[in-house]
Amino acid sequence: MHALRRSAAVLASLALAAPAWADAPVLRVPHPWQTGFQLPGSPVAEKLQALNSYVSVIIVVITAFVAGLLGWVLYRYSAKRNPTPSTISHNSTLEAAWTAIPVLILVGIFVPSLRLVYYEDRTHDADMTLKVTGHQWYWEYTYPDAGGAHFDSYMVADEDLKPGQLRKLAVDNQVVLPAGKNIRILTTSADVIHSFFVPSLGVQRYAIPGQTIETWVRINQPGDYYGECNQICGMNHSSMPISVHALSPADFKTWLDQLKAKNSSASLDRKPILALATEH
Amino acid sequence: MSVTTHDHAHDAHDGGYGSFAQRWLFSTNHKDIGTLYLIFAVIAGIVGGILSLIMRAQLMRPGSHIVVDGQHWNTIVTAHGLIMIFFTVMPALIGGFGNWFIPLMIGAPDMAFPRLNNISFWLLVPAFALIMTGLLLNESGSGWTLYPPLSNATYEPGPGMDFTLFALHLAGVSSLLGAMNFITTIFNMRAPGMTLHKMPLFIWAMLVTAFLLLLSLPVLAGAITMLICDRNFGTAFFDPAAGGDPVLFQHLFWFFGHPEVYIMILPGFGIISHVISTFSRKPVFGYLGMAYAMVAIGVVGFVVWAHHMYVSGISVDTRAYFMTATMVIAVPTGIKIFSWIATMWGGSIELKTPMLWAVGFIFLFTVGGVTGVVLANASVDQVLHNTYYVVAHFHYVLSLGAVFSIFAGWYYWIGKMSGRQYPEFWGKLHFWTTFIGVNLTFFPMHFLGAAGMPRRYPDYPAAFAGWNYVSSVGAFVGGASVVIFLIGAYKTFTSTVAVADNYWGEGATTLEWTVSSPPPHHTFEELPVIV
Repeated sequence: MHALRRSAAVLASLALAAPAWADAPVLRVPHPWQTGFQLPGSPVAEKLQALNSYVSVIIVVITAFVAGLLGWVLYRYSAKRNPTPSTISHNSTLEAAWTAIPVLILVGIFVPSLRLVYYEDRTHDADMTLKVTGHQWYWEYTYPDAGGAHFDSYMVADEDLKPGQLRKLAVDNQVVLPAGKNIRILTTSADVIHSFFVPSLGVQRYAIPGQTIETWVRINQPGDYYGECNQICGMNHSSMPISVHALSPADFKTWLDQLKAKNSSASLDRKPILALATEH
Repeated sequence: MSVTTHDHAHDAHDGGYGSFAQRWLFSTNHKDIGTLYLIFAVIAGIVGGILSLIMRAQLMRPGSHIVVDGQHWNTIVTAHGLIMIFFTVMPALIGGFGNWFIPLMIGAPDMAFPRLNNISFWLLVPAFALIMTGLLLNESGSGWTLYPPLSNATYEPGPGMDFTLFALHLAGVSSLLGAMNFITTIFNMRAPGMTLHKMPLFIWAMLVTAFLLLLSLPVLAGAITMLICDRNFGTAFFDPAAGGDPVLFQHLFWFFGHPEVYIMILPGFGIISHVISTFSRKPVFGYLGMAYAMVAIGVVGFVVWAHHMYVSGISVDTRAYFMTATMVIAVPTGIKIFSWIATMWGGSIELKTPMLWAVGFIFLFTVGGVTGVVLANASVDQVLHNTYYVVAHFHYVLSLGAVFSIFAGWYYWIGKMSGRQYPEFWGKLHFWTTFIGVNLTFFPMHFLGAAGMPRRYPDYPAAFAGWNYVSSVGAFVGGASVVIFLIGAYKTFTSTVAVADNYWGEGATTLEWTVSSPPPHHTFEELPVIV
């Protein structure tokens, strides 16, 4: 955790320079024994988690209701307590009720969900675009607004993990994005289907060869957000995590200028295909 | 339903059972073919179950310590899914109970096309061999969904993938022939007086299932034929580099794949209705609503397929439509759940083993159903798609739903089929170990999925270790329950106590309880008349 804290401290000092974010940079990763979602890091994630909480209450109540009814009939109408069964096998009112009431409940879920589906779809006033290309087994991130500057992001293999780096989540080059901006994300693939999935940001789209799929994100705060490839893509499917490093817009601009300079002089280091592929 | 029948323990007077080969290899008798299907399903289920135990042993802690090679992992994932669906659940419910009890329940002497019935079964055996070949060659690592490009010749070049695809062709033809046979039998061979609205609910369930098979399997066959051509004959239906479209495959696959999940659960609905009614000593509540709820599920089940593709880049309006249609399914499903409870209400309930499984089914299917409502929301599915939440959901409706209905049917009918009764203690022990095992296995998967753990991972970040450990412990309990099942089955078949024609008493009202246990080789040579 030391390196994370250190980078957090660095980021915190940066955040002081950009007072738009009062909070320290955040770290969004899964936690041991977690039972719910990771904390939301974008408006989409906030809204879908709120919807999920609402729906979850409904489904828990329904399940408890069904379980309660089952428990009651098993108790009350056991052969011991009720030796003579009734012969009633129809009740139109009851049947109409258990058709109509679920319909009403579903409408109550459907209306907010539908609005959210359209909200999640895309942003109409994007501040920038990120192109994500899935490869077996790494991600390539391209910044079309910065002259197509791009780099690859590989998982850090177990033997190269530095203290504080999370196994199966840490990458060599994080994708860097500005916080507080509407970012258009375009996904595609160079080989098989992958899925670009960052749960805490509420982002997921397949990366499909020959197609470009659009979605969007606005990251609330600077910090680090983690995700993983979420569509089976071959032997190293579990070895191409996603790590998003969100900076304040000013820091992001500085970073992007460096990337442009670096990209024009020489391409970034390309590691050979993950060592894991040959290690067995 | 009151019944008059003149059929009681007729001896097989047309040559008896014949030689072993005549009886079991060339069988045209619905009961023998049903038995073959059940034996096949048990064997395939054990193979598929061993694969799940291997996976759970690996996932017990992080680090690929058992299956080191990711490709090998993926082939295990593929084989587990295909074996459980095509070679365990379908043969048990449709081939096994369907063959045994459709003729018995409608008062027909046999299926309409006995020889077709034989082919249906024997096509499954080479299909299973081909699936196993794909697994053993380590060349079918696409997941059971077979999405290209991962399943095309570039990324899965070996013949093992072709074997797997061809296995689905064979299994598909097997099911199609079975479906035609069932539809013909049910429409034409019901006993005099048994109108459609007097058919037992299991027959309604099998009828709807047969139509789903008939309409969905040809689409799968088309899709995998195109895939085989892409792999071997230079076509490019799904290859974007030559004008093809990988998403087209997803549409075709799920046009089959979604009805397929109802194909697996509808027969179970039928069985549960009979078990609940029998052990409550009450007729099924809302019979017509129950029958037409299944028809509605079947119809709507055909127009919801793209909810498996919310993040495949389908347009937002398409997502909105499929979300709407998917949520509609909850209504007829709710009708069934509440009608089962209403059947029990006012009844005189005996919690024998089959009833335990049926009540377990209602509860667990409800849990799986309500998480389905969560997943139907394209908005929320954006972070749940392909995670362990989905794995939890579909195992609750299938591994806990469909499999519980199979065991309910097994304990309900084993006395009828074998003439020997199961031991109550072992049946109940089997239920409770299974119930604890599967809940321990699958409930924590909801947590893992919400936290963001993707499915089909052989290895995972340390944060997911805790719940994975619990899940694996549950899987081993579930594995032990299979041993208990086998002990119970052994004790059943070696029992020397014969059972009566209708050993459940007045609650069991359908026609199979009017013949002896086990029934004679040929039943209903004189048709029963339903009044």
